[in-house]
Amino acid sequence: MQPAEVERIADLARLELDAGEVQRMTAELEAILGYVEALRTLDTTGVEPTVHAIPVATPLREDRAVAALDPERALANAPERSDFAFVVPKVLDEDET
Amino acid sequence: MAGDRFATAAQMRADLDARRVASATLVETALARAEAAAGLGAFVHLQPERARTDAREADVRRARGDPRSRLDGIPVAIKDLMVQEGEPCTCASRILEGFVAPYQGTVVAKLRAAGAVIVGRTNMDEFAMGSSTEHSVYGAARNPWDPTRTPGGSSGGSAAAVAAGIVPIAFGSDTGGSIRQPASHCGVVGMKPTYGRVSRYGLVAFASSLDQIGPFAHTAGDCALALAAIAGHDPADSTSLPEPVPDFAAAQRGDVAGLVVGLPREYFAEGADPEVLARVREAVAELERAGAKTREVTLPHAPYAIATYYLIATAEASSNLARYDGVRFGRRAEADSLGEMYRRTRSEGFGAEVKRRILLGTYVLSAGYYDAYYRKAMQVRTLLRRDFEQAFGACDLIATPTAPEVAFRIGEKTADPLKMYLSDIYTVSANLAGIPGLSVPCGFANGLPVGLQLLGRALDEATLLRVADAYQRRTAWHEQHPALDWERAK
Amino acid sequence: MSARLQARGDYEVVIGLEVHVHMRTASKLFSPAPVRYGELPNHATHPLDLGMPGVLPVLNRRAVELGVRAALATHCKVHSRSIFARKNYFYPDLPKGYQISQYEEPLATEGWLEIEAPSADGTPHTVRVGLTRIHIEEDAGKSIHDAAIAGSAGSHVDLNRAGVPLLEIVSEPDLRSPEEAAAYLRKLRALLRWADVSDADMEKGQFRCDANVSLRRHGAAQLGTRTELKNLNSFRFVEEALYAEIARQAALLDGGGRVVQATMHYDPVRRATRVMRLKENADDYRYFPDPDLVPLVIAESEIDAVRRALPELPEDRRARFESEHALSGYDARLLTESRALADFYEAAAIRSGQPKVVANWMLRDVLAELKERDCEIDATQLTPDALAKLIALVEDGRVTAASARPLVAVLIERGVDPETLVRERGLEAVSDTGLLEAAADEVIAAHPEVVAQIRGGDARGLNFLMGQLMKRTEGKANPKAVREILARKLAG
Repeated sequence: MQPAEVERIADLARLELDAGEVQRMTAELEAILGYVEALRTLDTTGVEPTVHAIPVATPLREDRAVAALDPERALANAPERSDFAFVVPKVLDEDET
Repeated sequence: MAGDRFATAAQMRADLDARRVASATLVETALARAEAAAGLGAFVHLQPERARTDAREADVRRARGDPRSRLDGIPVAIKDLMVQEGEPCTCASRILEGFVAPYQGTVVAKLRAAGAVIVGRTNMDEFAMGSSTEHSVYGAARNPWDPTRTPGGSSGGSAAAVAAGIVPIAFGSDTGGSIRQPASHCGVVGMKPTYGRVSRYGLVAFASSLDQIGPFAHTAGDCALALAAIAGHDPADSTSLPEPVPDFAAAQRGDVAGLVVGLPREYFAEGADPEVLARVREAVAELERAGAKTREVTLPHAPYAIATYYLIATAEASSNLARYDGVRFGRRAEADSLGEMYRRTRSEGFGAEVKRRILLGTYVLSAGYYDAYYRKAMQVRTLLRRDFEQAFGACDLIATPTAPEVAFRIGEKTADPLKMYLSDIYTVSANLAGIPGLSVPCGFANGLPVGLQLLGRALDEATLLRVADAYQRRTAWHEQHPALDWERAK
Repeated sequence: MSARLQARGDYEVVIGLEVHVHMRTASKLFSPAPVRYGELPNHATHPLDLGMPGVLPVLNRRAVELGVRAALATHCKVHSRSIFARKNYFYPDLPKGYQISQYEEPLATEGWLEIEAPSADGTPHTVRVGLTRIHIEEDAGKSIHDAAIAGSAGSHVDLNRAGVPLLEIVSEPDLRSPEEAAAYLRKLRALLRWADVSDADMEKGQFRCDANVSLRRHGAAQLGTRTELKNLNSFRFVEEALYAEIARQAALLDGGGRVVQATMHYDPVRRATRVMRLKENADDYRYFPDPDLVPLVIAESEIDAVRRALPELPEDRRARFESEHALSGYDARLLTESRALADFYEAAAIRSGQPKVVANWMLRDVLAELKERDCEIDATQLTPDALAKLIALVEDGRVTAASARPLVAVLIERGVDPETLVRERGLEAVSDTGLLEAAADEVIAAHPEVVAQIRGGDARGLNFLMGQLMKRTEGKANPKAVREILARKLAG
């Protein structure tokens, strides 16, 4: 695990780490991944991955609309709003969010 | 007895029905105890007004001879990640500061429908990520048995609330042992049901394929009562099991005759505190005396469980926590651009442990690493499931220590995340396999509680409750309670 | 047009299209909130659509049915088992920070659509366009960066659209010109409307298209580097944007340059494309199966049920009209342009028993009226029964075609009985032979030169005499009777 890699992942996760944090995280992730290496040596040829431990049949919902959530409630927790829209700072350029 | 601080819900029900006490009194007492025990850090939010109203209504129902359930009018607590409409839900995180839930979670709805009175929300590790309830924006919760020690985690607050006699029943969540391990460290019963047995709608997600809500109580009987109130299929949760809920109480016949208890050799090997192992072996011996048979079984992939867990859980968590971005709710950081807002909000809002797990999970899912880590972990998960299926071919339930040691000191493991992760070593497999598990108090080591873990076949909570109940009829560990001197640690 | 086609003479154009279409459901894909258009912001949401902590998705049954329908209508292989996966990225209109989509195991693959398009020399030809895949996913909300919002330095987020069920339909890069691309889109849109999968109203954003385009030298085996044109919201823009981008790439390659992978934006005013975002730093979406959802398993019997319930596909119906009704290919195509039209025609044809005659009336009179009113056939008062009745009146000689044709417009406006209408307006054909014999005599007497021509062997004059007779009877003479009377009198 390299600091540059930690920075790349932090960016993907929209986390900002200062230099100290990058160093610390690099060491900690290194240790954890080292521990996890043991898994890689296990032979899992032909083993199906488990996504759901207890299989269930596909639950389907009837296509009936319910009343929409009261917009005041939808926006009650909004850090910033304008009428009924959530307001966020502008995207600086198309690339950057 | 009404005045007994550590009364069970069953006792309270008897007192209520016999009109020896009113729900209003029970609830008022619980609220007062919660306030007095503030130093324990068990609760993060109390809801006195709502609770008093609920208690009054329960008393009215009782006077009419019309209680909603056996839990009607009984004070309970819920972990601060169970959504209750109109109440704050912070998951012990700064990022959910000020968030008030606009909808009702299913389990809370069921508890209210049962008439249970929620007195407050309990402390936890932020977003359920931790094994000590130290990673909380409210500060660490403390173990009622020794306030210099942690109560375990991540549902430490709920475990402490029951252990300290504040409420007879509390609810937590278990993703890798977060109910069972604190139950073990606090000397109470704690249960993780079969995955899908209890609805996750309204449970703030940590790891979707592993999370389950479950109860804490002093006795298996209360545990059964609590589980019955919250279990059942929920159409709002696509992973909810359609199977009907058995009568858990009926299963508690007081005996274990004919049951075969499996003892996995990998769980009794080196690495655990010898005193802890000794208590567990004594407990198993007690079960044998009660008529159960034991045999050694093997769960050969056990050494890979922690690694598997941390790859899957963090991957799912990294995605589940992406919604905390300051856009629609919660705390938002000052920023001039959207990008800056995302980064600052999340960096200021999440604690170090949460960030660590998000980073690990993001890495594990990222291009080039998905097959080597995430997919691989999912395959090993299949092997772990098969281990249990195989073992249950030779036994009806499995007994192990719940944790490799007793409650550790606050601050002892926070410097080494990996060390902290290893305290889950006996509990994570059950989440990975989806099977139910519980911890029941089985003695003390160096003055601190030890828990016996029972693991069962999928959907067989009844057998676990039956065995725990039988054990508690023959032992008195659950009747030992901490001295109420948590002032010590303040 | 040919000049434009020539512009890319050295290169072969390769186009692939990705269409996102809103499925016609009452509620959203994973939430029970209503699907609404034109609502005030955030007036059509549910905690699920707001990405609230603790919420969980539950799949809409109808969306699955519509997805299967679309797949069957495009000859895809429908997979009994498909998986919902999370596509993780951050954007304010994406409330959970991930979109629930399908990735490695989509609903359907390997379909196709046949289109008619002009080839390089202008002649029309049929192209079979492959469909790589169709999958189900949820739509995102809307983020409006409106500089016009006074004093606002921010963007406004509306989550009404978040969670609306989408089908993503991806074509193989089988299209070779902007015309083919437009033809494919028109065909696909008509088909989805035909099958009631979507209303595909482009103005409401229910049918959105992204295009991938690259150039390569003729005969080259490898594909060139492609660019992506996003958010093309009309067929005209699709063609224009593709032309603009093709020109840009051709010029670049001609000059010895390299095309760089990028997302392009089309400016319809300047008629040019410009780079919106370079693809080198492509997002890592970290797809993984959504643990909140179980695999979508659709039994073969369920797929069969959808197949059986599928309305007869336009191409099959066209073929049937050609073979069973003896319609020409051209006529059959016109009558199957919409399901409503085809249904109407067929009902009228069955009623009437004379499909070719009905087809003529529809193509000649009904379609003209619809075009003038700019409306669909099911928005009028005209019924198949009424049309069939009107036609029968003409065929029986009870009214002349000339009198009857204007009545089509009336029947479109008013749902009256044709027979009543004819009587009301006094349009009954004159069949009274006495009257007709007298009129015929008059006409014959008035035009001896024409009569002589006819008797001399030139039959053309007969039409003239008939016309004269129709004039005398105000067009109400029964043409059959008239012809017969004239012929008899002229012969004898």
